[in-house]
Amino acid sequence: MARGVLATEKRGIRELGAEEKVGWDEAQFGVILPSFEKPIGNAAFIRPEERPYSDFNSYTATVASWRVIKPVYNRDICIDCQNCWVWCPDTSIISRDKQMMGIDYDHCKGCGVCVEVCPTNPKSLLMFLESEDPEEALAKWPEKKKKSK
Amino acid sequence: MAEKMELNEVEVWDGNYAVSQALRQAQVDVVAAYPITPSTPIVENYGAYVANGYVDGEFVMVESEHAAMSACVGAAAAGGRVATATSSQGFALMVEVLYQASGMRLPIVLTVVNRALASPLNVRGDHSDMYLGRDSGWIQIDAFNAQEAYDLTLCAFRIGEDMRTRLPVMVHQDGFDTSHTAQNVKPLQDDEAYKFVGVYKPFEEMLDFSKAVTYGAQTEEDWHFEHKAKQHKALMDSPVVIDEVFEEFKKLTGREYKRVESYLMDDAEVAIVALGSNVETATYTAQQLREKGIKVGVVSPRCFRPFPFDEIRDALKDVKSVAVLDRSCPMGAMGALFNEVTAAMYTTDSRPIISNYIYGLGGRDLTVEDIKAIYEEQLANAEVGHLTTPVQQFIGVRGPKLGFFETRRGK
Repeated sequence: MARGVLATEKRGIRELGAEEKVGWDEAQFGVILPSFEKPIGNAAFIRPEERPYSDFNSYTATVASWRVIKPVYNRDICIDCQNCWVWCPDTSIISRDKQMMGIDYDHCKGCGVCVEVCPTNPKSLLMFLESEDPEEALAKWPEKKKKSK
Repeated sequence: MAEKMELNEVEVWDGNYAVSQALRQAQVDVVAAYPITPSTPIVENYGAYVANGYVDGEFVMVESEHAAMSACVGAAAAGGRVATATSSQGFALMVEVLYQASGMRLPIVLTVVNRALASPLNVRGDHSDMYLGRDSGWIQIDAFNAQEAYDLTLCAFRIGEDMRTRLPVMVHQDGFDTSHTAQNVKPLQDDEAYKFVGVYKPFEEMLDFSKAVTYGAQTEEDWHFEHKAKQHKALMDSPVVIDEVFEEFKKLTGREYKRVESYLMDDAEVAIVALGSNVETATYTAQQLREKGIKVGVVSPRCFRPFPFDEIRDALKDVKSVAVLDRSCPMGAMGALFNEVTAAMYTTDSRPIISNYIYGLGGRDLTVEDIKAIYEEQLANAEVGHLTTPVQQFIGVRGPKLGFFETRRGK
């Protein structure tokens, strides 16, 4: 289920800045960029993967290459508190019905805020090198820390 | 609904009050302002109109002019009719955001009461702040008296908000000389004025969530040039709309405005080109000289941006000598108005003699006698067929005569 939301057909299909270049006469008026291909009603009630995002929206662009470290998510420890979802500056934490589903690696820039705000012990999100395999990262997950007396 | 005001056919208003009334009649949605002398009464009066129920809008108090213009940008992007006022140092602080507003094509109206720039600190009128805005992508219109300040503020909304233009507009007037001088002003009644300005038409407004938009995008070397070129083209194309609005205003009020104003220019042999309240002093002086049979006239680019290149050529092509007056210290160059008028005249066959006078800095009066002296020098140039003075001179400054560069180029 998570897979379908995290990697939809339109997401991350292109590198940012690879748009077709046109002359001044066709440039977007006032550089005002529409997010959607057509009016969609109240976007708040439509899930991102169901919105008709336009090419001007970064939903379909990826900035994954900007990242050198990445957060890895551990479902077994997460308590679905939504703290990471609230704090993520790039709306790259994906949550459905208040259940944490994972990280949008197309837009996550690896800032580590989600790890910082995670309240569980051990943390449910930890930063690893970009090259680290997620399965191996999970295998290395630390134990619960004991309270020191 | 906002309360209405009953206005007399003729009111005694200063330039500031006239502008505040025009803003009230335009029913601006958001005025975000940080008051500064000499434009303070514009927003002070406007705040009182809001508080007393004469405007259905928001008056946003902010912590600086940078914040004032930023709030205006936000409110305009959100989809409202937006205006503010400033002067001098406040204008300087707004400059960064002026470029943002024009780049985003937001039709904000900024009423500027022209004042000198520090240092040394000075609250009086000159055109330093107006010149500071000349590359900012705004339409700049100049009023020479209180009536014009009122009229042109109403016109500014129409010009900027027209879908063919969609650019921010500044309406300038001279600090104190215009802003604080009470004069007879013939206002429109509220309904008439609002009908002329029209209901605001939002475009790509951020508050329409069904079609979300991004304002303030970043572009680098692959896109920036095209966007700036498109914006420049919009300014260059705006005279069509400006002329239409002026024409419609004339039908409504009988008061005529042109992008280049000419006074006593039929058969004139020499001319003064100037901006601001001193256009009236120059016209008064020209009338006196005309009574003695001396053929002098005055030309003024009412519309400073976009610069009326063609109309300046037409207005000055038949004169022999032109004095271009700049009320801002160019600091190591020729005055801005001189440069632009000269560039226009260089493309004509007649190429009249042109020189530059720097005057009136920090509110120094330009007297009728000063203007007569300028005309006499132009007549002397015309007589001998070449410039008889330095190319640039300072007039009205104490101390040894100050002038720069010579030329003997004949006609």
